[in-house]
Amino acid sequence: MIITRRTFVKTAAASGAALVLPAAAPGAPPAPAMRAVPSSGEMLPAVGLGTWITFNVGDDPVLRDECAEVMAAFFAAGGRMIDSSPMYGSSQPVIGYGLEKLGRPEALFSAEKVWTSSAADGPAQIEQSRRFWGVPRFDLVQVHNLVAWETHLETLFAMKADGRIRYVGITTSEGRRHDLFEQIMRAHPLDFVQFTYNVVDREAEERLLPLAAERGMAVIVNRPFRQGALTRQLQGETLPDWAAGIGAATWAQFILKFIVSHPAVTVALPATTRVDHVRENLLAATGPLPDAAMRERMAAYVRDL
Amino acid sequence: MEPAWMSEWWTYRLEDFLLFSPRVYWRMFELANAAFWPLHLLTLAAGLAIVLLVLRQPRRHGLWIALVLAALFAFVGWSLLWSRYAAINWAIAYVAPAFGLQALLLVIGGARGGLAFDRRDIAGRLGLLIAVAGLVVYPLLPPLFGRPSASAEVFGIAPDPTAIAALGVLLAGSGGLVPLLLAIPLLWLLLSGLTLHAMGDPQAWLPLLAAATILAALTLRRIAR
Repeated sequence: MIITRRTFVKTAAASGAALVLPAAAPGAPPAPAMRAVPSSGEMLPAVGLGTWITFNVGDDPVLRDECAEVMAAFFAAGGRMIDSSPMYGSSQPVIGYGLEKLGRPEALFSAEKVWTSSAADGPAQIEQSRRFWGVPRFDLVQVHNLVAWETHLETLFAMKADGRIRYVGITTSEGRRHDLFEQIMRAHPLDFVQFTYNVVDREAEERLLPLAAERGMAVIVNRPFRQGALTRQLQGETLPDWAAGIGAATWAQFILKFIVSHPAVTVALPATTRVDHVRENLLAATGPLPDAAMRERMAAYVRDL
Repeated sequence: MEPAWMSEWWTYRLEDFLLFSPRVYWRMFELANAAFWPLHLLTLAAGLAIVLLVLRQPRRHGLWIALVLAALFAFVGWSLLWSRYAAINWAIAYVAPAFGLQALLLVIGGARGGLAFDRRDIAGRLGLLIAVAGLVVYPLLPPLFGRPSASAEVFGIAPDPTAIAALGVLLAGSGGLVPLLLAIPLLWLLLSGLTLHAMGDPQAWLPLLAAATILAALTLRRIAR
């Protein structure tokens, strides 16, 4: 093959573009939509990776490798946030195994939780979690389900001030204790809040989501598929024709697009054990997203099924 | 470290304690079976020998039967509950010692003397039937529920058939702390059944049925008195 000046310039230009714009490379998946963390301006992909149940595989070597493959696909598709908790059994060491196997991807945004009723045990638990992950520090640590939240928040804000973590948050799920959750949001300068929100669980739209926007807090959405029950329930139903207009090819994408299109939502956290599903989830954060009118149409459609 | 749910248990549901998928749960038995094979042959032989001893020489060998059961409870508590199950379900770390306690109670019950397996009323006979079912039928279940045979639960290796067979034998027993020895295996079957139910596993009714049958047999015996 004769290399002409023109082909050389074209090839060099393409190579240069690939270095700065990996998502634009041929064959690479489209980059997911990014959302800013209000307290810092840091940009995060709108779809993360949850590990509740899916990563709790114990010492099973086959399943550990499968989890590592899911993580590899997640990072390859442009994902960053992985979220776990001491409550999730062996999920933390399994994440650590995957990160080690993948050569400690720099893209990782580590989101953990503190979950012990003894406030004094909080720092030791966070340190144990850090060792399981094998990271120098966590990006985000959240008080899980508001357990012993007052003292844990003191610990977390002190750790943030010392640079031992970057962000502080609180979590709840399935509509638990929203009143207290709201009080804490009003009283403390949290970086992140995490709660359940999806096309059928919309209670958060009334107070928590507007309050997060007002207070400048990033929102992580857990249980987007109601722990798989929602996607199973919709499995036999036909996706409406108009879903193609918002780029939703599956029910999972339909649900995720509904979630991440809420202006106050920062990251949705679907969990999966399958590589094809993690790719499908990240793709939900690409392409067109529904506007307010379309979101209402989506919710009504699912409600009427 | 005190688990968080202890202080705020009312905010949790049974499903919240289901931390693992059915696939992970059944693969745990596959891996344990692969690790311990061919120990299964020995534990099954020990179980069948216990039933034969109870049938043929009901007033002798009480101590030996208790010691064998104690060894198997201790082994299952350590090898499966503590070393494997607790890795995917932290709550089991609090349950595994109960199997050790059961082993201790069996040793004490046997060593005190007076432990015999001579009850041949309806409850006693039903107990031996249940014991045989725990020994022989339980390992054959996986294909009926669409699982590979490699995930079979075997007496002396897995907790459910161990608890079921032991309860069956104990139904035929008298003296030597027998009423006390029923508590931990019964509570285990309840916990196991609820866990399988939360997993949506079609086998969930089996440990619950076994526990209910044992309780019904005990009630019948009390009424017949």
